[in-house]
Amino acid sequence: MLSQTNTQANSLAIPAIDNKLIATVAFAALFGSCLLYFVAFAHSDVLHNAAHDTRHSITAPCH
Amino acid sequence: MLVRVLLAAMLAGVLAGAFATAAQSVRVNPLIIEAEKYEGEGGHHSHAPAEHAHEATETAENVEHSHDATASEEVEAWAPEDGFERVFFTLVSNILVGVAFSLILTAAILLARQQISLQSGLVWGLAGFVVFVLAPNFGLSPELPGMPAADLNERQTWWLATVVATAGGLALFAFSKKIPLLIAGALLIAAPHVYGAPLPESHETAVPAGLAVEFAVATIVTSGLFWLLLGGVLGNFLQRALLAEAKDTATA
Repeated sequence: MLSQTNTQANSLAIPAIDNKLIATVAFAALFGSCLLYFVAFAHSDVLHNAAHDTRHSITAPCH
Repeated sequence: MLVRVLLAAMLAGVLAGAFATAAQSVRVNPLIIEAEKYEGEGGHHSHAPAEHAHEATETAENVEHSHDATASEEVEAWAPEDGFERVFFTLVSNILVGVAFSLILTAAILLARQQISLQSGLVWGLAGFVVFVLAPNFGLSPELPGMPAADLNERQTWWLATVVATAGGLALFAFSKKIPLLIAGALLIAAPHVYGAPLPESHETAVPAGLAVEFAVATIVTSGLFWLLLGGVLGNFLQRALLAEAKDTATA
């Protein structure tokens, strides 16, 4: 019984394609990309200096 | 929006970023600091190339930046002081990058519509490592401060194009069975390397070659650990979050 419930629950763990899912994917992709841009790519001197060691460590182009 | 899913992704990113800071302190950060001793020698002054127009690190200690930031802003930008401040800002940056990569990976996982768990998360982490580390580094080797490099904009563009092409190619490999699409995937992955990464005119540098080799190995191993940890933790967290969302929907 328990395993049956688990199987049912697991098959539910792939979310249906609805507006909620689309909004979640869009938010995750956009916010994630913006964050990556500001930390690893932005040319602002202050951002560059603050994130300097991170940029080198994740091997993003720096300097 | 699936708020639990987003919170799970962010938490996984925070943990992975904090882990990266600890992992980088073993070999990566000491090598960066060692290389900075050679910066400015051999005709390469990488902290202040023309396009940056700043001379931050070398003179940072002479600047009372917290008091007269506005007065000195035109001359040089703020930079964290060596020691605690620098480690703190690196921790914050690593956490933000961890959250960024975690959210991007989550978007891909949700789009792929596969069962997610710790185990499958490790595979997603490995894919992230191939896309964001192995592919770009095949063209642009990990850079130490003071090492010569081509124009920053060109390198950033090539880096991004390589990441997008590799991700697209891997997705075609993973989710399609048609031979023309598999060939298209292979071509996508190869294209940025056939085009060629922007390289400096001369590789001459005051940074010892041995240091650069050690740095390349250190960053790639550390990044590999980061991506595996992120993938595994994210897989587990997403599984729990998606189950909770599904139960909510079922009872609603």
